[in-house]
Amino acid sequence: MPKRNYVLVCGGTGCESSKADQIFRNLKIACTEQGIADEVQVVKTGCFGFCEQGPIVKVLPEETFYVKVTPEDAEEIITEHLVKGRKVSRLEYDTKGSTKNAKVDDIQFYQKQFRIVLRNCGVIDPENIDEYIARDGYAAIEKVLFEMTPDDVIGELKKAQLRGRGGAGFPTWLKWSFTKDVVESEKYVVCNADEGDPGAYMDRSTLEGDPHSILEAMTIAGRTCGASKGYIYIRAEYPLAIKRLKIAMQQAREYGLLGENILGSDFSFDIEIRLGAGAFVCGEETALLASIEGERGMPRPRPPFPAVKGVWNKPTVINNVETWANIPVIILKGGDWFSKIGTEDSKGTKVFALTGKISNSGLVEVPMGTTLREIIYDIGGGIANGKKFKAVQTGGPSGGVITADYLDTPIDYGTLTSLGSMMGSGGMIIMDEDDCIVDVTKFYLGFSVEESCGKCSPCRIGGRSLYNILDRITKGEGEMADIGRMKEIGLAMKKASLCGLGQTAPNPILSTLNYFEDEYLAHIKDKRCPAGTCKELISFHILADKCIGCTACARKCPTGAITGERRKVHRIDPDLCIKCGVCLETCKFDAVFVR
Amino acid sequence: MAKMTLEDLRNLREQKKKDMSKRDSAGKDVRIIIGMGTCGIAAGAKRTLDAFIEELDAQNLENVAVTQTGCMGLCYVEPTIEVIVPGMPSVIYGNVDEDTARRIVNKHLIKKEMVNDHVFDRPAADIIKDGGK
Repeated sequence: MPKRNYVLVCGGTGCESSKADQIFRNLKIACTEQGIADEVQVVKTGCFGFCEQGPIVKVLPEETFYVKVTPEDAEEIITEHLVKGRKVSRLEYDTKGSTKNAKVDDIQFYQKQFRIVLRNCGVIDPENIDEYIARDGYAAIEKVLFEMTPDDVIGELKKAQLRGRGGAGFPTWLKWSFTKDVVESEKYVVCNADEGDPGAYMDRSTLEGDPHSILEAMTIAGRTCGASKGYIYIRAEYPLAIKRLKIAMQQAREYGLLGENILGSDFSFDIEIRLGAGAFVCGEETALLASIEGERGMPRPRPPFPAVKGVWNKPTVINNVETWANIPVIILKGGDWFSKIGTEDSKGTKVFALTGKISNSGLVEVPMGTTLREIIYDIGGGIANGKKFKAVQTGGPSGGVITADYLDTPIDYGTLTSLGSMMGSGGMIIMDEDDCIVDVTKFYLGFSVEESCGKCSPCRIGGRSLYNILDRITKGEGEMADIGRMKEIGLAMKKASLCGLGQTAPNPILSTLNYFEDEYLAHIKDKRCPAGTCKELISFHILADKCIGCTACARKCPTGAITGERRKVHRIDPDLCIKCGVCLETCKFDAVFVR
Repeated sequence: MAKMTLEDLRNLREQKKKDMSKRDSAGKDVRIIIGMGTCGIAAGAKRTLDAFIEELDAQNLENVAVTQTGCMGLCYVEPTIEVIVPGMPSVIYGNVDEDTARRIVNKHLIKKEMVNDHVFDRPAADIIKDGGK
């Protein structure tokens, strides 16, 4: 029987961890109980992107957008909305100001977005190949196999001016043509799905929501460059993405879209998954290739580049997930179409993962050239809890910060680099006035030090030295010479390190020294943390004129540092205080303050 | 499924595209709204709804969205439905059983003629010839 309604449930990792799977099962049970199971289809899709409001349930064709749904709400959605036609208004997303929301288009979060990479995320069931096919899936490989020559494919990519989305932004067509032009019988195609920046989940969501687009794109590269085997290198911490990739590969093989003689042509191609153990350095391409071969994941000097000598020393095309996801669309719609989107320097769109102190955490895809203000305020809904914007960190541990002065800069590869940050893979961490820039920088340095493979000394020793200096500064033991010392070590690391990890690890320091030198000086000279975060530099006090002596703080204090009689002003003993902040949270009279 | 040829893949895509298009509200300019209040359901609105969906599929009409609403207040002629077709007045039909549903699809939606004997409320029954019978 044909279906009259579709109920889409977000099946991304974020919503799954908020019991989306239970919601999915409850919806199905309720449909069966109400006798409408054969006319209403419940579909589990990939990430809708609006993670702040998850778990999300969308009812089609009327496009009702339910947010923060619990498993208990499932039955009501079915009995009220699907049976009686009455929307469950308490679960509808409130678009603020306008009437209770009707359609997805009315939600500001989606209005400025333009979806190429995430075209199928939240739309199709990623575990059903037929739904991908219905959305023009595998039409690009048809075209490449039967209508285009390898040179045509590279020509389209060249026209599209697609640049690698992994961070460095190398032109994709050039990479492919290097591999294509090497005369060698054995070549490989590799998908870099080793996404490891703190706060980044663009690639995971793409794989979870639309795995077939990656398989199709890799097959296109295999045909174009003359490879018959591909590897997807993905970290084992992404179990859902791995599961969906495996299902997708199985289905593609059954349909003859992977394997021998694809679609009856003379071209054969298959893909294997290689699991990584979650080492950040394995996102660096030469380390990744070593890891695929079963070696320890350490980078090697380039050249030779992987395009000429890659996995098993054979020519290898290696691209990251987001780059791959663009390929089928470029083949189908043409390079000219693609190059109309974006800026002079960077074409197409970019997916960003918005996290940190932002109202709407989530996954967004915008045309290149969109300003940070549009991303943070229009899409992201501004800073959470009405605090003041301080900076946004892009490019993860390899990137830097961008301050309020540059909010109106159109974002592309070039502008971000000129601001001392970088595109990176697309993590965007928003910081507010309560975040200490030195502390955040220390966090990133700590990450790079942990993840350094230790092969080359500039990275191994330099990173550790930088971290130690930062640690001293946050403890109030910094000295003025530290600033120059950090710059010196940082620049040496940039020049002398073997791979991207070490070359970019000092970026967070260099960038924050540039924009927030005052804050470093406050820590070093005044022994003061302006944001009130660095524990060694702050102390808690009670304002005598505000304290009414309610004893609430004294009862909560874990170390008994607060003393005072009932209805008399209390005081905090600095020797006993461990600066946990419980008194600050507990006081209802704003009598506790941090200095 | 066995391995596909190019032609198999194209056929499958066409067929699945049709299925997927039912999810989109874009391009659906015709709406059939079915009163699914308690009175409507008791009078058989569920069977009416099924009949609409099956007939729309049989006639290959893809621009129609079928949705439900609560009681329209015409409990004496349930099941009631509203049909909105661009270029025609919006019409509320009453006493719509399965046969009538199929008639509405074929007459109102395809031939663009109202099914007069089931018009009760809108447009006003007294201005329609044979209305409200």
